Amino acid sequence: MIKDIFNKKKQVWAQPNKSIVNTKVPDSMWIKCTGCKKAVYRKKIEDNLMVCPHCSYHMRLSAAERIRIIVDAGTFERFDFEDVVCSDPLNFPGYKEKLEQYSNTTGLRDAVVCGTGKICGHKAVICVMDSNFLMGSMGYVVGECITRSVEYATENSLPIIIFTASGGARMQEGIISLMQMAKISGALAKHNESGLLYLTVITDPTTGGVTASFAMLGDIIMAERGALIGFAGKRVIEQTIKQKLPPNFQSAEFMASHGFVDLVCERDKMKNLIGRILTIHGGGKHE
Amino acid sequence: MNNKSLSAWDRVMLARSIERPTSIFYITNVFDDFIELHGDRCFGDDASIIGGIGLLNGKPVTVIAEEKGRTVEEKTKRNFGSPHPEGYRKALRLMKQAEKFRRPIICFVDTQGAFCGMGAEERGQGEAIARNLREMMDLTVPVIAIIIGEGGSGGALAIAVANKVLMLENAVYSILSPEGFSAILWKDSSRAQEAAEVMKMTAEDLLKLNVIEEIISEPAGGAHLDKEAIAEAVKNCILSSLAQYEGKSPEEIAEERYQRFRKF
Ligand SMILES: [Zn+2]
Repeated sequence: MIKDIFNKKKQVWAQPNKSIVNTKVPDSMWIKCTGCKKAVYRKKIEDNLMVCPHCSYHMRLSAAERIRIIVDAGTFERFDFEDVVCSDPLNFPGYKEKLEQYSNTTGLRDAVVCGTGKICGHKAVICVMDSNFLMGSMGYVVGECITRSVEYATENSLPIIIFTASGGARMQEGIISLMQMAKISGALAKHNESGLLYLTVITDPTTGGVTASFAMLGDIIMAERGALIGFAGKRVIEQTIKQKLPPNFQSAEFMASHGFVDLVCERDKMKNLIGRILTIHGGGKHE
Repeated sequence: MNNKSLSAWDRVMLARSIERPTSIFYITNVFDDFIELHGDRCFGDDASIIGGIGLLNGKPVTVIAEEKGRTVEEKTKRNFGSPHPEGYRKALRLMKQAEKFRRPIICFVDTQGAFCGMGAEERGQGEAIARNLREMMDLTVPVIAIIIGEGGSGGALAIAVANKVLMLENAVYSILSPEGFSAILWKDSSRAQEAAEVMKMTAEDLLKLNVIEEIISEPAGGAHLDKEAIAEAVKNCILSSLAQYEGKSPEEIAEERYQRFRKF
């Protein structure tokens, strides 16, 4: 059944088909906004790129939906990487079943979708993480798929754009998850030496080992408005310092004010802004 | 007591033991000379990472070391070995300096993890670690990392992107502490002992996973029971590891490190 989804990938990823979005959410007429807690008419928020019409809260997107709103229609070609499969290095009880369960609910093989596509006419390698899949955590499959995508970009002189959304390293794979941080960073070092553009787009939420590796390595780091960005979890910090953190702590705006993000961007302006950045970089290759 | 019979949790306890030699001991007993250098040239000097230059059997090296401290006073000064971003930035500054002067880099890893606090976040803990991962990958001098106690997550990896990773027999290296691991996956931090057994965090497990290259045997019962022997063993292991890089080109050294991590 999962196989079917991937065989039909071209169709699935190329069409602006809302039914594949947020498959976990039952089809009800109303959605409760995470920001203002108001009930919003589903159609209204969908037509508004999943941004609340009342408070402008940016709801989380699935990878498919992100691709639909950012990548030029019909241009996204997904990398298969079919040989990349989870080895369950700790033989962690229940992990394989959990992966299967998430595959079924999200239609994804793991927490990232990679491929090539055009944005405002510029070709780029694009990786989009999906926090619906085990909190977007990074294990071997995510690490290997992103690494291969970076290598593809280096070999083909293409810019790479990574949309991050992750709770960090995947605990169930233990130390192997940690090694992915170094592996991806190494591949990005080579891409960097080749004079190619790496654009990071940080989306909600991005924490832990993803923040402490590729999320912070972009030539340009863009963050979606309101996104949570941090290294340590808020609760861990509160336990350490024994006081409550201010509400905007670790927000995209907080990170920008501390100098760690170049641009904070609203969802409806994101595609255009990425397009302009790609234009300035001559499509990516620095001549 | 034979070390082989120790459980993973026994080793966690040994790795955290107040008796266990920390980085300062090795710096003092392995190198002929050592001059500590300070500061990240940006914000401050983080005492949880010691950095400096020295001589190893007469040859210049750069040393980077996470230091937990042994006394209460020193532990406070060293922030219990949990670095802030400025510690990682100092480490990177000194590693780049080592590259300029073609000195090998020796890193001693001993931390529960990078510090989780407000200042650390404000000053970019994630960015500091990320930059080290990428920049260390490119270094054209040999980097040898030795995990001497606890290797805690990204806070350890940030100074362990090495050509060779050596590990003391009773040291541990993991994605998270067993307490944190069991709290996250089982919602029960009291199952830490059980977690330690499944996490594959011991030197023996990590050798099988190719996460480390070599195990440095400890005296029966732990490194603290024969300090002279352990200093000698660590020194010999560093020397034999470094010997493998004689005659290798800078590009070969960097590429070897990249391939080492690419295989994961
Ligand atoms: Zn709202």
